[in-house]
Amino acid sequence: MMVDPYYRHVGRPEIRVDARDKVTGRALYVHDLELPGMLYARVLHSPHAHAEIVSIDKSAAEALPGVKAVLTGQELPYLLGLYMIDKPILARRKVRYQGESVAAVAAVDERTAEKALSLIRVEYRPLPAVLSVDEALEARVLVHEDINELDYVKGVFFPGPDSNIASWNRTIKGDLRKGFAAADLVVENELTLPQVAHVPLETHVAIAQADPYTDRVTIWTSTQSPFAVRNLVARAFGVSRRDITVMVPYVGGGFGGKAGIHLEPLAMVLSRACKGRPVKVQATREEEFNQLPVRAGMRGRVKTGVTKDGKITAMEIYFDWDGGAYADYGVNVGRAATYSGAGPYEIPNIELHSRTLYTNKVYSTAYRGFGHLETHWIVERQMDLVAQRLGMDPYEFRMKNILRDGSITISGERINAWSGRVDHCLEAVAREIGWTGYRSEAERQAAFQTGKARGKGIACLHKAPAMPTNTATAAIMQLDEEGNVRVLLGAVDMGQGVYTIMGQVAAEILDMPLEKVKVICESNTDANPYDWQTVASKYAFMGGNAVIRCAEDLLRQLKEVASRALHCPVEELTHGEEKIYHIQHRDKALTYRQLALGYAFGNGNAIGGPIIAHGHYIAEGLTNLDADGQGLPALDWTYGAHGVEIEIDVETGEIRVLKMASAFDVGKALNRKLCEGQIIGGAVQGLGSALVEGYKFTPDGRLLNPSFTDNKIPTAKDIPDQIVPILVENPQVDGPFGARGLGEHPMISVPSVVANAVYDALGINFYELPLSPERVALAIARHSDPANAGCNDPSNASAGRDNPDASGRHAASPRGETA
Amino acid sequence: MREMESRMFEMESTAPRVQLNCIVNGEAVSAMVDPAMTLLNFLRKELKLFGTKEGCGEGECGACTVIMNGLAVNSCLVLAVEAGGARITTVEGLGAGGDLSILQREFMKHDALQCGFCTPGMLMSARALLDRNPDPTMEEVKEAIAGNLCRCTGYVPIVEAVLSAARLEREAGRS
Repeated sequence: MMVDPYYRHVGRPEIRVDARDKVTGRALYVHDLELPGMLYARVLHSPHAHAEIVSIDKSAAEALPGVKAVLTGQELPYLLGLYMIDKPILARRKVRYQGESVAAVAAVDERTAEKALSLIRVEYRPLPAVLSVDEALEARVLVHEDINELDYVKGVFFPGPDSNIASWNRTIKGDLRKGFAAADLVVENELTLPQVAHVPLETHVAIAQADPYTDRVTIWTSTQSPFAVRNLVARAFGVSRRDITVMVPYVGGGFGGKAGIHLEPLAMVLSRACKGRPVKVQATREEEFNQLPVRAGMRGRVKTGVTKDGKITAMEIYFDWDGGAYADYGVNVGRAATYSGAGPYEIPNIELHSRTLYTNKVYSTAYRGFGHLETHWIVERQMDLVAQRLGMDPYEFRMKNILRDGSITISGERINAWSGRVDHCLEAVAREIGWTGYRSEAERQAAFQTGKARGKGIACLHKAPAMPTNTATAAIMQLDEEGNVRVLLGAVDMGQGVYTIMGQVAAEILDMPLEKVKVICESNTDANPYDWQTVASKYAFMGGNAVIRCAEDLLRQLKEVASRALHCPVEELTHGEEKIYHIQHRDKALTYRQLALGYAFGNGNAIGGPIIAHGHYIAEGLTNLDADGQGLPALDWTYGAHGVEIEIDVETGEIRVLKMASAFDVGKALNRKLCEGQIIGGAVQGLGSALVEGYKFTPDGRLLNPSFTDNKIPTAKDIPDQIVPILVENPQVDGPFGARGLGEHPMISVPSVVANAVYDALGINFYELPLSPERVALAIARHSDPANAGCNDPSNASAGRDNPDASGRHAASPRGETA
Repeated sequence: MREMESRMFEMESTAPRVQLNCIVNGEAVSAMVDPAMTLLNFLRKELKLFGTKEGCGEGECGACTVIMNGLAVNSCLVLAVEAGGARITTVEGLGAGGDLSILQREFMKHDALQCGFCTPGMLMSARALLDRNPDPTMEEVKEAIAGNLCRCTGYVPIVEAVLSAARLEREAGRS
């Protein structure tokens, strides 16, 4: 493995600090916690997608021995929400999705709680449900009949009065009409993708212990957002942040699904109802699929104008998000799409509309990539579809429009020489998979006859953290009497390795052995310094900078004491090998250890004191987007590209990924091994979205596949034969050692690159996910049908032929292309 | 229907406890257990061995995998009483004398874990494989861990770690 000789720790493939606990079974998760007197909760769910609650009779449940509390929405007049304040803890008056929590029981054990649930009688009056984006837009039925009265973050989100539009965000840049007028070709398409589950192996779980005499509450929770939980609990219940303590031990996977607030309020009200006994609420796997939020489904309509030589002149995009019953992070996913949703290309004239819609389905939230996998499913397929129409190599078409030094993004930001290079990433993956352009129809036919069709594809991506302009984080360091450094962070390590790389960054600046830097692997909002939340691939960048500043503060304090102890000016002191020493007379030196708790002279006089340092970092220079989506929302852009080679069994429709190359301009890899781990893991998670995963609903809105039996994720047998992670390192000047975020990016554009390769293999375009064997085999069958003879002419492209082929839907869908 | 469920429930919870004797991580265990209790709950709630995780409770994810009489089993699908007389190994039993096993060390070295929640089950499936087949092919490793879901790593480093552990264990066996 390549290691930078310039650095002692940064970049090195160090073993993660939490590895030993995790291979010995000693790592404890909230899942494992038991507290004295702890009660167990179970939750009753709505069987209807949309219904009025006529009555609830809980008397029999309450009478069951061992039951300590039974709560319904009736007793809980609270509304929660991150951006739209729209969600009750338990449904009130009506239910808005099948799976919504209606009542909760706390009892001495799970079995008693489960039994109590069966004794609760709920009478519903079913209502017509909103189950598609079209039904949502029609607004004949409102998911939130009180939408006009809901509180929300004004100026950032734009709910529609008397509608199902939770927020309508837009980007308007240039002159769309002029842009299309300048085009030689206009290509219009519609693509969709379903809801997908995060699937952390540890389901959501929270324990709350509420002091019955005061407002104080302690919450142990499997979350990415301890400080956001504190903040949102305080807001929802009108209590002081002083009284709320949030503890986060190891977290068994998050992927965005554990950002924000979920089971914590329910655990808290149950504990209050049980005179302060701790109550544990843990989602079953079915609840994880059906009650807790998911990645939104989406329909994208995209229209691109291009000149004959392949320059994009205009784009018009409508992203309509099937956001489910509550807004949660969904509206912010929709907002993020407005500044990145056209892909990493320069688009002179654009109108982009992103509408997060309420529907009567399980609601949506952040999921690794924060909408970018979805938007890139639309735009990175569109890049290939346009290239096909132009008769141009999609690599060349991308390169003609790709963001470079001097390009202006769709939100009006100027890309510079230190922003990273998406062209380098695309070049790297194209080289790695041996991309030479689409194969010819003759080559396709020849391969088809063998029963195994092969194809290659490419796709690009970009993403910047989606976060408030004043997002901040901090770090604290303390020295002990042996000169060890304890580092306290506000971040949560849910496996991405943040504690490990922050240790490396600290050890690098302090020039000391990694073993002497102890990063505290637990988050406690009463002890750890503030961090907004561990989301958005922002922590390596922001936390890294905070840790650097913290380490520099530590050195400054050490030098101050050393200067008095050594009787020399601070300016003449430097550090290295755990010592502060004179720049000229190097034997004039004191070790960190000698200075850690204060320095004592020979006669006993003492100076200084225990060294405690801090460092913080706040995103600076960002601006809010204006009503046209113009502004500076991006702290740092991470660019990337994927290339794949696939093989398709033309009988079964099964896609096997032979090779996947994924390149990201990370600026500087802080730990090469952990970076590669993010890439490989993200690529396989992306393949899940590409090939197998997706929610299926009955016509009346019931989730058909809330289990691993029917909602599969990739297993060890589904991985590509070869995955090649490529780390491109064009430094980000204001990043820690030049680094940028990487956590989410590997998933983005994976479905697009696979579908692009499927076209190369079969000459068939797909517009819907997942690319399941069934979908692919049916499309091949229709494609080979003599009734469709003559369709293999590539100039005929995809319009009338592939739409019904690939999607199985009607050709009447407004996806046809016009020239 | 509801009444019937209630009766079944009563039957379960009032059923007399039964004697269970087994060997867990080399130690003899003797306990009176509810005949409806799963092996997973027995390990976690009675023996307080929290290394073994529950990811679905339906035998679909493999997080609760332990080795029972040489076979990797989903402990959420095994009743505790079925383990009568059995030898059971959990993740807590993998190391020896305060040292990590080769397999555990290779998981660390290859970064075969991220969040770590699937890791105990993954280790037990791998251990059971190497016990019956010290020289597995890559396909055999993938097959052996196909019932263990991991959402973080993409499996590649796990497969590498198991193959590497197999090689090192063979070498250690020869020396």
